[in-house]
Amino acid sequence: MEERVLMKGNEALAEAAIRAGCRCYFGYPITPQTEIAAYMARHMPKAGGSFVQAESEVAAANMVLGAAATGTRAMTSSSSPGISLKSEALSYIAASDLPALIVNVMRAGPGLGGIQPSQGDYWQATRAAGHGDFHQLVLAPASVQEMADFAVLAFTLAFKWRMPAMILADGTLGQMMEPLYLPKRPDRTPADRTNQAAEPDWALTGTLNRRSHRIINSLVLNPAALEASVFERFARYRQVQAQEARWRYEGPEDPDVLVVCYGSVSRIYKQAIQAVNQEQGLRAGLFRPQTLWPFPAAELAAKAKHCKKILVPELSMGQFCDDVKLATAKLPKPVALACRAGGQVPTPAEALQRLKQTWACWLQDQEQEEVYYGDRQL
Amino acid sequence: MATVSYERPEALLDVPFHYCPGCTHGITHRLIAECLDELQMTGQTIAVASVGCSVMAYDYFACDVVQAPHGRAPAVATGIRRARPDRFVFTYQGDGDLAAIGTAEIIHAATRGENITVFFINNAIYGMTGGQMAPTTLEGQVTQTTPWGRNPAEAGNPIKVCELLATLDGPAFIARVAVDHANQIHQVKATIKKALQCQLEERGFALVELLSTCPTNWKMSATEAMRWVHEQMRQQYPVGVFVDRLREDQNSGRGGSAGGRHLSGPSAPEAVGLTALPAGYTHKE
Ligand SMILES: Cc1ncc(C[n+]2csc(CCOP(=O)(O)OP(=O)(O)O)c2C)c(N)n1
Ligand code: SF4
Ligand SMILES: [Mg+2]
Repeated sequence: MEERVLMKGNEALAEAAIRAGCRCYFGYPITPQTEIAAYMARHMPKAGGSFVQAESEVAAANMVLGAAATGTRAMTSSSSPGISLKSEALSYIAASDLPALIVNVMRAGPGLGGIQPSQGDYWQATRAAGHGDFHQLVLAPASVQEMADFAVLAFTLAFKWRMPAMILADGTLGQMMEPLYLPKRPDRTPADRTNQAAEPDWALTGTLNRRSHRIINSLVLNPAALEASVFERFARYRQVQAQEARWRYEGPEDPDVLVVCYGSVSRIYKQAIQAVNQEQGLRAGLFRPQTLWPFPAAELAAKAKHCKKILVPELSMGQFCDDVKLATAKLPKPVALACRAGGQVPTPAEALQRLKQTWACWLQDQEQEEVYYGDRQL
Repeated sequence: MATVSYERPEALLDVPFHYCPGCTHGITHRLIAECLDELQMTGQTIAVASVGCSVMAYDYFACDVVQAPHGRAPAVATGIRRARPDRFVFTYQGDGDLAAIGTAEIIHAATRGENITVFFINNAIYGMTGGQMAPTTLEGQVTQTTPWGRNPAEAGNPIKVCELLATLDGPAFIARVAVDHANQIHQVKATIKKALQCQLEERGFALVELLSTCPTNWKMSATEAMRWVHEQMRQQYPVGVFVDRLREDQNSGRGGSAGGRHLSGPSAPEAVGLTALPAGYTHKE
């Protein structure tokens, strides 16, 4: 039986990760994700795993690299400034074809910024997680339930495709409490960590003088060989794009306004959409990507085909909107962007106003693409 | 009948080294491999190669190897050891790697007493990138980035890693040796072996600093380079044992393993009298 509990998003993620077989957690304190580290410090040893408070995010992410190289399920978590420091190891993890989980509970930037929720690391997560040509899986939860579910999914996908997976959450999702069903406890015991049969054939487990040595490495000095390995990795990425895109749609079949957003901001707009659909005149729908990489581009384009206008609310300055525009470029539909930054989050009333405002704009001029900075229309 | 008295250790693969003539990386690799053989550790060992001239150590050692980002080998080793406490881990790091970019990682791995062995190659230079100043570059030493010699007023002072780490409570064994003469080989090997022994016995962090040559970037012949280690580097970096908890435990009768599980293996070599060896150079070599 699934267990129904009331938990904070950060703690639900941590518990689910342990249940998903995570046996190494390495982290460094930073608000608003520290509950993950605190939970791991308490519960990881009981699960037979290892918790280390590292000297920095750089070290924590490199500890993940080491643990992942042994085929162990390992993770780290941080918030925006700390994720910048993890980018070195992320690039090496991707280049070494290792699976690992990295959690970013985003706060507002740039710089030290603030500690309130933000989605300002979208580009970093989906475009430039580190140097060089590589991708990571990016999962975007919108509830405490998904914080837990995606911890499990992230490990499954990371091991399936041998690449790093990031859960891109924000302060709201990390801090809020909601009831959820925890994933089932695995039948496997922690002792299975050292079970030879369960070990993947690429893992560094010691040769035991029975096989030739394995090397996990990202240095390839021969340009032709390096190009070939990058081509091969990107061929795999194309399969990931074809198979792993996930999204949710709620609303009428052919909405007038298609709202496209992810994470915590989608919860606020969901309320506004429900309110507007109860009135006469405007029909709105919500398209919410659950994976940001791979981006559900084809699915979004199909959904957007019959709408009149697209509204993209985000807690950043148009980073996510870029992907929406790319996905719908061939239609094309007018796209309005509603930005909040600095840790500011729209109220349900503000979301309702934005919806009505963008629809009023469309009634006046069917090609207009407005941008909202908070309440200010540009 | 002919007997084989010298052959390639099994822990070293039959692959030609890429190191320059007179470079001590190769000697050190061989000595580590001999110790892995003698302690029968190879099959259970996962090595961490760092960024520097020795980056391709992964091609040479017969154990599993992961290549770490510049300076992060102790963090990567921590991850491996935590994930697989039943395996041995050693890192092989240069002075730029360990004492500049990786300073935080080595200090914290040491203070946590991670059960890993670190081989620290101090050649007073950034070898791989073509001879820039290292944190260990001697005062007055000419490098690509200290063209008039290292001036401490501008470029800071050489870092003494062993002395620094010996202030911590975490390490079980810290020693410095010099790979500067054939008469040092037994001592260097015994020290390497002892550092590995520490891990076998789960005593925690062990580090061996090896004063090493880089004839190419020092712009010296192989013999000149050896002599420079002997005459210049030893002044700044005296060889010796800085921490030896194995010995303390033996003396106090404590013995046994800190980590609980005692792995059997050959007993530790006698503690080596590192400063006692006579100088091996005449001035007409
Ligand atoms: C993050 C990063 N910075 C810089 C470099 C370039 N780099 C490669 S090797 C090296 C110096 C290595 O010197 P050392 O650790 O002393 O090793 P040696 O070559 O002397 O054995 C540097 C700076 C790099 N690879 N990665
Ligand atoms: S450059 Fe120096 S350290 Fe590198 S292989 Fe040559 S001699 Fe050795
Ligand atoms: Mg060096």
